Amino acid sequence: MNKLRFQTFSIAFITGLSLSSAPAHAAVDKHSRNLAASCAACHGTDGHSVAGTPVLAGMDKKLFVSQMKDFKSGARTATVMNNHAKGYSDEEFEKMAEFFAAQKR
Amino acid sequence: MSLDRRDFLKLGAAGIVVGVFPGCATSAGEIVRKSGQRVVIVGGGFGGATAAKYIRMWGDEKIEVVLVERNTQFISCPMSNTVLGGSRTIDDLTHNYDTLKKKYGVKLVHGEVTAIDPQKQTVMLANGYLSYDRLIVAPGVDFMFDQIEGLSAKVAGESIPHAWKAGAQTVLLKKQLEAMPDGGVFAISIPKAPYRCPPGPYERACQVAFYLKNSKPKSKVLILDANPDVTSKKGLFTAAWKELYPGMVEYRPNAAVMKVDVAGKIAKTEFEDVKADVLNIIPPMKAGMVANMAGLVGAESRWCAVNFLSYESKLQKNIHVIGDSVLAALPKSGHMATSHAKICAAAIVELMQGRQPDANPSLANTCYSMVSNNEAMHVAHVYRFNTEKQEMVAAEGGGVSAARSETEGLVANYWLKNILADVLL
Repeated sequence: MNKLRFQTFSIAFITGLSLSSAPAHAAVDKHSRNLAASCAACHGTDGHSVAGTPVLAGMDKKLFVSQMKDFKSGARTATVMNNHAKGYSDEEFEKMAEFFAAQKR
Repeated sequence: MSLDRRDFLKLGAAGIVVGVFPGCATSAGEIVRKSGQRVVIVGGGFGGATAAKYIRMWGDEKIEVVLVERNTQFISCPMSNTVLGGSRTIDDLTHNYDTLKKKYGVKLVHGEVTAIDPQKQTVMLANGYLSYDRLIVAPGVDFMFDQIEGLSAKVAGESIPHAWKAGAQTVLLKKQLEAMPDGGVFAISIPKAPYRCPPGPYERACQVAFYLKNSKPKSKVLILDANPDVTSKKGLFTAAWKELYPGMVEYRPNAAVMKVDVAGKIAKTEFEDVKADVLNIIPPMKAGMVANMAGLVGAESRWCAVNFLSYESKLQKNIHVIGDSVLAALPKSGHMATSHAKICAAAIVELMQGRQPDANPSLANTCYSMVSNNEAMHVAHVYRFNTEKQEMVAAEGGGVSAARSETEGLVANYWLKNILADVLL
């Protein structure tokens, strides 16, 4: 546990050094970032929900994509998510997932 | 208050005087000294404030952003109908711009724009000017009082409020409802679409009915709609009126108000004179005044045509328009304004670095209506850029709630908290 945490920290530290002032967004494709920005009204800026709705920041990519597919197919029913999910392609789910997975929780 | 102490000292040293300090000698010079590539944003509502934050965020804080807003506080129009129902106060919806300044380095100027010069690329205020590389105009809507005889901005502020911008008029309308006798008539007049917040007037009818049902149950809510039918969430609203407020809400289509008798509180349509105890006339709307100053409004329209990849005006170079003032087949909502703002912010960051904007933008719009103190329903759509039409078109799968519910009432509140944080924090 401690070791794992230390490794994560070292990687973050080294990455931080090598990229120096590079912003968090640079790691992710801008179109993915723009797509994901549509989620912010309900799920907070960069997926950092401040009330009620799930925090998307740091969410496992696979979980994000499988949930969106379930909302799209109707396998899972929700309030607004069925309406929204049907408006996007599976490739777009992947892009959004990539963006949110890259955000610090 | 627009500047913190440090900013003030900096500006003071530069010999610049800012209008928020009354009593200071005014100069006709640049209000805030330009420090590099600059975007000036006029209007700090949902659209303008979001654009300010996201340009700073996505531009890695390298682009200077000056936000001009006449009010020192941000009052949310979304959910302001619940002030009439009684589940919120106007204070609950009132926020400030502090975080935009402190966390994102947005420079705030509180003042009224008097002119815009698209050639010189300057925005004039009473106490000086602001020069820009790109300008975002986000003025919301203005009201066409002249379309209804007897109505004026003064009348709206004093006795027949529209309360279609949250604030003093919302409070005035609430007070009028509180003073109304049991058995009185509340009449609301809805203008022809397009207007700000399509479901808003019908939600308001529900909120007023909720208050009256509990406090003055013999009273009536009369909806005079200039449109031929309920323009949004029709089945859901009709069910709410019938089931939650039986016998209280009456809906009249094709009932445009042409004239008002202010003293008598009488609204005159083509067909009848309606006497009310509380009269709430929402006038027809057009792009906010500032859009006219910059020549952004088309000859054949009340709104501003834009390029949907960047929200740059089709009439003026380097000026972008976002929010309610945009000419589009999109609902005019707070959420929509934030979506325009983000596409515009992303495009401006790219354009300022010599790159092209995202060629395939999309946006989502969710709009909740509170039909009582705890039940709501939604309409939600994704819109995508259509290359052939060069506009935003609704994607498949959008729609409304199957039924109103308490769950959606909760989610509506989560939505409000999150969108306000996305705009201001």
